[in-house]
Amino acid sequence: MGPAYSSPHEHPLLQVEHLSKTFRVRSRHGWRKEQLKAVEDVSFSIYEGETYGLVGESGSGKSTTGRTILRLTEPTGGKAFFQNEDIFSLPSRRLAFLRKKVQMIFQDPYSSLDPKKRIWSSVAEPLAIHKQGTRKERKERALELLGRVGFSSRHMDRFPHEFSGGQRQRIGIAKALALNPRLIICDEPVSALDVSIQSQILNLLMELQAERGLSYLFIAHDLSVVRHIADRIGVMYLGNLVEEAPTDELFARPLHPYTRFLLSAAPAPHPRLKRERIILQGELPSPVNPPSGCVFHTRCPYAAEPCRQVKPADREVSSGHRVQCHLYGD
Amino acid sequence: MSQAPLLEIKHLTTKFSTEQGIVKAVDGVSLHIDPEETVGIVGESGCGKSVTAESILRLFDEKTTEYGGQILFEGRDLLQLSEEEMRKVRGNRISIIFQDPMSSLNPVYTIGDQIMEAIRLHQRASRRQAREKALELLRLTGISDPERRLRSYPHELSGGMRQRVMIALALSCEPRLLIADEPTTALDVTIQAQILELMNELKEKLRMGIMLITHDLSVVAQMCSRVIVMYLGEVVEEAEVTTLFDRPLHPYTSGLLKSVPQLDGRRKQKLYEISGAVPAMHEVEACCRFAPRCPFATELCRSKAPSLEEAEPGHRVRCWHYKDIQANGGGSDGSGLLVTA
Repeated sequence: MGPAYSSPHEHPLLQVEHLSKTFRVRSRHGWRKEQLKAVEDVSFSIYEGETYGLVGESGSGKSTTGRTILRLTEPTGGKAFFQNEDIFSLPSRRLAFLRKKVQMIFQDPYSSLDPKKRIWSSVAEPLAIHKQGTRKERKERALELLGRVGFSSRHMDRFPHEFSGGQRQRIGIAKALALNPRLIICDEPVSALDVSIQSQILNLLMELQAERGLSYLFIAHDLSVVRHIADRIGVMYLGNLVEEAPTDELFARPLHPYTRFLLSAAPAPHPRLKRERIILQGELPSPVNPPSGCVFHTRCPYAAEPCRQVKPADREVSSGHRVQCHLYGD
Repeated sequence: MSQAPLLEIKHLTTKFSTEQGIVKAVDGVSLHIDPEETVGIVGESGCGKSVTAESILRLFDEKTTEYGGQILFEGRDLLQLSEEEMRKVRGNRISIIFQDPMSSLNPVYTIGDQIMEAIRLHQRASRRQAREKALELLRLTGISDPERRLRSYPHELSGGMRQRVMIALALSCEPRLLIADEPTTALDVTIQAQILELMNELKEKLRMGIMLITHDLSVVAQMCSRVIVMYLGEVVEEAEVTTLFDRPLHPYTSGLLKSVPQLDGRRKQKLYEISGAVPAMHEVEACCRFAPRCPFATELCRSKAPSLEEAEPGHRVRCWHYKDIQANGGGSDGSGLLVTA
């Protein structure tokens, strides 16, 4: 079976170029302002119908990347094009365009549902905000969407607290679908759920994608989940996209030492399988004053002189496989 | 093994009185842990795995909690001990670590103060001796620059470091049994790998037993020699770890195993689903508790509760139909539903 997404020759649905996001934070001692580089010079594209996985540890900048695309936080550098529209320079009154086409699903759906609203009304809310249809039509649409994600009519008038975590995530998905988006940013959508519920939600996301031709930016730390759902994967470390490849290629031929380390850390799923574990020195450095040169050099077992001084360029080593490492090919 | 178990729980029930009435969070659980053994307790939220663990240390408010059965540890029934005797067991003979180390560390005291307090609470030691011991524990748990860490406050440490400190704290009195309740769930995979490795090393070094509570089956696969699967307050299956992964007998266990995406599985395939969700505890009826979600359930399952039966030596299962399901290959081959006519 070929990839579900369009070929790279086509124009991408979303194209992110050199995205950076720097937060100004107060230094720990004193009043001096310091810069926290959450995302640094990140470029990637997402095609129609594709799932792009973004993996990395906490603090790697993967959620910030997702949030800047929706302009929930303003980027400090770079460009992004969604359906050829330059979304980082959209004036705020035109953000409605972006927020109709791009939606987000969160780890904790409870935080995006109004506890005092019946669930159908929460799902209809985006339609009301964007002034679509009459009240009756909006309700009908909400009921239809809730039905699609697995609720029966007796549930529609209930409140969010009456549902379990998995059911709330379904409500969150229905709400995200209300405006017929093209791209959904899924930020750790299953990590708070029990195992048996996790597979229900992943199946639902895959079905909806097939039905509606949706694209997903799938942010998660669980490698087996990302591997299952994503067509291509980007690996982030300390705000940098250090490697990107089609999923099978990334797992078969990880090139960046960090990617190899990350893959080796995931526990093997069967007691008879023992994984050769790569041990790394030290802890994740702070994104305030990140290391010079290659951000990974402080922990990289292969680090050489250029790694400490020069930031490695983005190299495409085979079709669709990019890596930022000085040592690749040496 | 002929040696006496380190911990033996017999027919434990833990009941809470709540506004909705009495809730039996743990209902007749029996299990044992041998010395120097790591036993995994798996199950989803609400299955009673954490309540079982906390019942061992009697951490619940005894005004609203009623325990039944026996918890035998070092020749005594912990449920019969006075509160004062129990205090000598907690943190001394049996220690517990939780998912979120921040909630167990006091934010206004330094790491050193907290470890030293734990040592001096249970052991006769001068301040200097306690400090030496604290340093040794921090070193043991792989914390770099322990001298400085002793003077750090919890918020100055990363999540992985805090969990190391919690482990140091839990080990301060060289317990015989360490209960670890989702110790790595809040951590990144890379840190999780380090913490699990550390727990394994320390188990060898200190020769203690570990009760590892988790929902993550791959953590179980890497750490445990025996596994106990719980569902709605009951043990539904118990087996040696490779047996459980190769030949799960309970439909719930095999469902769990099948619903996790595998790193070597076929991508983009529809994943196995266990239908429905765990019902609330007070809705439990007198039948097989998994019946409402079980693809194999029959009238018998819906009317009468099965008991925990020994299917083969060391392999126990609570299911009326495990033999038929097994014979029809519905166990672990991933073929999905197979409805027995």
